[in-house]
Amino acid sequence: MFEDKRLLVTYSPHIRENRLTSKIMLSVVYALIPAIAVSIYYFGLHALRIYFLTIIFTLLFEALFLKIRSKSVSLNDNSALVTSLLLAMNLPPTSPWWLIMIGSFVAIIIGKQLFGGLGQNPFNPALVARVLLLIAWPARMNEWIMPQPIISGSFFDAVSTSTPLGEAKTEIITHGHIITNNLVDLTGSFLGDIGGSLGEVSALALILGGLFLLYRGIISWHIPATYIISFLSIIIPYWFFFPEKTIDPTSHLFAGGLMLGVFFMATDMVTTPITRIGQIIFGIGCGLITAVIRLFGGYPEGVSFAILIMNAFVPLIDYYIRPKSFGESR
Amino acid sequence: MTLFSFSGGVHPNDNKQITKDKIIEDLKLYRDDIVSIPFSQHLGAPSSAIVKKKDKVQTGQLIGSAEGMISANVHSSVTGVVEGITYAPNPILGRILSVNIKITDEDTDCIKINSSDSFIDMVKNAGIVGLGGATFPSHVKLSPPKKIDTFIVNGVECEPYLTCDYRLMVEKTEDILKGMDLIRKELKINNVIVAIEKNKPEAINIFKKYEKEYAFKVVPLKVVYPQGGEKQLIKSAIKKIVPEGKLPLEIGVIVHNVGTVLSIYDAFYNQKPLIERVVTVTGSVKEPKNLNVKIGTPVFKLIEACGGFVGKPRKIIMGGPMMGLTITSTNTPVTKSTSGILVFREENLPNMTSLNCIRCGKCVRTCPMGLVPPIMEQFSINEMYEKLTDWHVLNCIECGCCSYVCPSRRPLVAYFKTAKREVLTIVKQRAKNV
Repeated sequence: MFEDKRLLVTYSPHIRENRLTSKIMLSVVYALIPAIAVSIYYFGLHALRIYFLTIIFTLLFEALFLKIRSKSVSLNDNSALVTSLLLAMNLPPTSPWWLIMIGSFVAIIIGKQLFGGLGQNPFNPALVARVLLLIAWPARMNEWIMPQPIISGSFFDAVSTSTPLGEAKTEIITHGHIITNNLVDLTGSFLGDIGGSLGEVSALALILGGLFLLYRGIISWHIPATYIISFLSIIIPYWFFFPEKTIDPTSHLFAGGLMLGVFFMATDMVTTPITRIGQIIFGIGCGLITAVIRLFGGYPEGVSFAILIMNAFVPLIDYYIRPKSFGESR
Repeated sequence: MTLFSFSGGVHPNDNKQITKDKIIEDLKLYRDDIVSIPFSQHLGAPSSAIVKKKDKVQTGQLIGSAEGMISANVHSSVTGVVEGITYAPNPILGRILSVNIKITDEDTDCIKINSSDSFIDMVKNAGIVGLGGATFPSHVKLSPPKKIDTFIVNGVECEPYLTCDYRLMVEKTEDILKGMDLIRKELKINNVIVAIEKNKPEAINIFKKYEKEYAFKVVPLKVVYPQGGEKQLIKSAIKKIVPEGKLPLEIGVIVHNVGTVLSIYDAFYNQKPLIERVVTVTGSVKEPKNLNVKIGTPVFKLIEACGGFVGKPRKIIMGGPMMGLTITSTNTPVTKSTSGILVFREENLPNMTSLNCIRCGKCVRTCPMGLVPPIMEQFSINEMYEKLTDWHVLNCIECGCCSYVCPSRRPLVAYFKTAKREVLTIVKQRAKNV
């Protein structure tokens, strides 16, 4: 007879799928690599500095807070790393160190840990930080420089520029309509050769990352597809009837933070609905709000606000969109 | 070939190759070996003892008599002397009242059950219960208050590692078919189906050969756990949905496991009560086997018969890895519900470091019952049992898919097992108040 106090007693099941939260988070990091690479290519040392500082600050704040709460300091769920990269990608290349520090603090402490840490935050931490910085330091957050490929060798010169969406907004506000023809350099915004936040400049790199996440099953098509479709369903008719009041839909898609938002922010598992139908509602809401802000709002960009607003609806959506239980009649 | 299936489910590595070609061997017990036969090996009221200390009992002799409608008889699986009626370890109840019998005679005969009885009485007398795991007394299932038009023989065996049903299907095909025919005639059922998962092509082929002779249909099913769950099986095999909270007989269907059908055959044709069953012993044992084991045999005998442990056992599971229960001692006796003994070493166990839920939603898409585990988990933690009823916790079949897929390794199904018990208590109290 074998009787050992060390025979483990647990609930079933006794086997688990080999799919861990830390690995899911790591997949998101991998998916961001193309966009990170593009930003480093175009913004060189500026980009490296920002990535370095955000990673240091976010991990530091995370560790510090866990220490204060006497929890085991484990950064190995990789979620803080994802937040730090997303935050960095939402910052202008010339952000000063204190802006980055405040952003990291807001993202990790206010955005995530105060709610209970991993998985408990109702709002996307990186977006909470971005929006706070945008409102508190609008000038700092709208300081754009021309991308300069690393190979050009000029590491430190920074030529001021504007983002295509920002420029369009300014022209509409000051002149009532767009005056510059071909405001958006489409090839540029596809490849990354435009002014903007670190992570939003290359639509191509972001789409590649998004496809990787889709392929790995980390995200599903429901939010990205409905987001884009509902966004275009407002933008296209508006542009068709008032072509002088806004840039063309293709430019809307690829310039600015839409692709970053669609694939990496609006698909954040923690802050989006758990059911597929809920996700479709969420995506439609994001698309509509983004379009309305871009067309009629004071800000050139609407992605961050749209996602945060829809984040607030998630508990409600999850509560009311309950799938049909097997054999349930209703 | 139908590949229609239920929604959700998981695809764990089935590991059936370890024992699938091992012919069923009898586990021999010898003089002076002791078996402990529990009185409660079934769903419902425990049977009451009708033997006492120092009584001589024979193989097949009734030792526990069914109490009430939902209960089952228990018979001695050996010939010997009652050493005492004490508690034996049990994975569900912790400890369970059992008869300890010391073998005095290694006979192979068996006291026959009364053959003049009706079919239902024979099933009842033989102490037959559902051998798929739920151990629902079979005579209750076989006396439906409604007309049954479809009878499904469950040969799915979707639990990983287990091969006991598969071996029975391959080795005792005709006996199973005769048992099946018996039930069909007794309940005047038109439509008979044998459902087998597609990962058992040999079993499918053997049964196909008899399709004409016994007038039934083999339905191969998609390989997905829990395909063998009664409601999932019915949906996959005949595309019918059992209403929530109802039994399959509501829609004119009964399902019996192949092992159960075989015991019914044995009871009717050989007048033999249910005193043994096939158990797959696998995992970290020297020689994994499918053993025909007398009910009440302690687990260590099974391990010995398989050449002992490989390395140091860390977890011993009674049943399969998805729904099986852990035991604390190899003194635990085999019961009518024991389909397998699975031994895991430390290195076979998954990393169970639990993190917060990241709301990935995998459990929601995996749940074969259409439930929402992350929200139910919150209600369970906060003991909000009324809310849990609104979220249909009683529809949970405890298959474990949610826990299996959780990347944060949250013990989801464990919460729901507890919650179901609490909710049922509330329901019962309500019923009394009315």
